[in-house]
Amino acid sequence: MIVIIDYNVGNLKSVENAFLRIGVEAIVSRDHNMVRQAKGIVLPGVGTFPVAMENLRKYDLIDILNERKEAGIPILGICLGMQILFEKGYEVKETEGLGFLHGEVKLMEVDAKIPHMGWNELIFKNKHPLVKNIKENDYVYFVHSYMAYVNDDELIAYCEYGNEKITAIVGKENVMGCQFHPEKSGYIGKQILLAFKEMVVC
Amino acid sequence: MLAKRIIPCLDIKNGKVVKGVHFVGLQEVGDPVELAKKYDLQCADEVVFLDITATYENRDIIKDLIERGASELSIPLAVGGGIRTIDDFRMILSSGADKVSVNSAAIANPQLIKEASDEFGVQCVVVAIDAKQRDDKSGYDVYVAGGRKNTGIDLIEWAQQCEALGAGEILLTSMDKDGTRDGFDIDMLNAVLQVVSIPVIASGGCGGIEDIIEVFEKTNCDGALAASLFHYGEATIDEVKEECKKHNIPVRRNK
Repeated sequence: MIVIIDYNVGNLKSVENAFLRIGVEAIVSRDHNMVRQAKGIVLPGVGTFPVAMENLRKYDLIDILNERKEAGIPILGICLGMQILFEKGYEVKETEGLGFLHGEVKLMEVDAKIPHMGWNELIFKNKHPLVKNIKENDYVYFVHSYMAYVNDDELIAYCEYGNEKITAIVGKENVMGCQFHPEKSGYIGKQILLAFKEMVVC
Repeated sequence: MLAKRIIPCLDIKNGKVVKGVHFVGLQEVGDPVELAKKYDLQCADEVVFLDITATYENRDIIKDLIERGASELSIPLAVGGGIRTIDDFRMILSSGADKVSVNSAAIANPQLIKEASDEFGVQCVVVAIDAKQRDDKSGYDVYVAGGRKNTGIDLIEWAQQCEALGAGEILLTSMDKDGTRDGFDIDMLNAVLQVVSIPVIASGGCGGIEDIIEVFEKTNCDGALAASLFHYGEATIDEVKEECKKHNIPVRRNK
């Protein structure tokens, strides 16, 4: 069973729907027992970094996420949910993240329109099971203004936008994330969610 | 590189897709969600549901359509038509839409753009602008009420104001071209693209694949919207993208 963490950060329905479309049962919940039983955890999120962290704290989810990470449960962050996997964020104010991955989240420094919005092509950097069903130059759907500045060894894929390489997929061991929205990324998005599902030992 | 978007627009009346010429002579062409799913499979980059029933008397119908659409589509869904208040934005977004497009209400109350972008983020606020060239060709006027009423507002000034207030995107429809199928309004698009830095989607006048190629070659617009070309099966979105590829226009392909 996959649990989509419900921590009041935007519309989680679309992520739930996307899993349903690929025939995967995913439960939207913030119930501690439910999260502990999950074989895979999805951290979605639309909104701002400080609010996301504040809500995780409010619902007492931070310790449980740490515990599940240590237990080797696959954790997938999506968009803002990916950003809070890092050590620190600078949106609105400096805020500590979950620190599962190394790096910081800052307003993108790019000579192009912000937000970075639309379909962009993935370029691979490191191998990871999350991208096993897709190939380089596949398009996925982005909507964001902040990006993760990340260690090379935790960067799985990026895309080119203006003069910047935008962090697109990150991962280390059982912790991974997508800056884009796989649930809105058509066939390619489905392939990414399927690959995540395959990592989840049910 | 960002892909140019191909966006099928579904004009919806009482829960059914319709398409008219110059906003009159509506013909029913089908169920919105079924059509949208077909476009999703054909590699549409986004789908627009435009409720052309004048008011939101049938709110439950459109709410149900958005919910069904959002659960069955794997691409972003934009919804427009009859949006008046910030509560309308909230209802549409919470039903599962990714973007809301606002037209007349933004003219009546420009602060709505600011309120909506402050609350929901610029990425989901699309301002739809219907415009028409003045008789003396001195520029363009903004129209409302489905193209029936001239507001007397200058298109260029309005587009700039929309961006300043926090619009994330402009959907620009040429009333001179809409329904004619003889190509997008290249001059009008370029006039707006020159003065704003948010994405602009071209709308009105698409009659064939060559019109989409033309608009991407002659303007820097971010996407092209079409209705009848796709609804009547004259071209598939795949075919449009195939042709774009041949002309070195960056587009997303499915596989």
